[in-house]
Amino acid sequence: MFETVMKLSLLILALSTLFYFYRLVKGPTVPDRVVALDAIGINLIGLTGVTSVLLKTNAFLDVILLLGILAFIGTVAFSKFLEKGEIIENDRNQ
Amino acid sequence: MKTNDLILQTVVNIVFFIIFIYSIYIFFAGHYTPGGGFVGGLMTSSAIVLLLLAYDVKTVATVIPVNFLKVAATGLLVALGTGLASFLYGVPFLTHAHGPVHLPVLGEVEVASATAFDLGVYLVVVGVTMTIIQTIGETE
Repeated sequence: MFETVMKLSLLILALSTLFYFYRLVKGPTVPDRVVALDAIGINLIGLTGVTSVLLKTNAFLDVILLLGILAFIGTVAFSKFLEKGEIIENDRNQ
Repeated sequence: MKTNDLILQTVVNIVFFIIFIYSIYIFFAGHYTPGGGFVGGLMTSSAIVLLLLAYDVKTVATVIPVNFLKVAATGLLVALGTGLASFLYGVPFLTHAHGPVHLPVLGEVEVASATAFDLGVYLVVVGVTMTIIQTIGETE
């Protein structure tokens, strides 16, 4: 029963990732694609969590925090590129 | 028009320390659980990249006054030193030892000399990654 529920939630997460992928491919503007990528990253965190429950291991718990940090940094970098045209400024007081 | 990054900078000021502590944890967890010098170094450099995103190259250079090329060189020297130290005991190159060591605050701790080699890997990864990113960021 428990395993079935976990596999069902894996399926739902995979389906929602597929719909985010549709937005990633189709998205008319670049910010749409950035938001879709960010959400795919968060979905990946959920998939990792459910998989580690299914495999009965806590070796993947580091991966969850790592993916969260990387998704945040990537989204911030993309947003800054869209906002200012450069990701790392040399001197912002000019 | 100059934009105001108050929310980003406030969030980064807090999140930087969380990521940094997490990278230190990953570095020391590498012996028994997943982790180690490579991932720890990458997490440390991504924390500094987050600072670079929220501020700029000059501000980060004043906050962290470190020449990252020298950090990479120091890491290589540390890794080479742990390899050469095995010659002092008449055993082959890179032979590692472990045993209980009495540390000032922590007391009796089981320490493996592979930690020193991992520290070298950590420093090399931080130095190389930050050198690449700073070099790309500084070019006009």
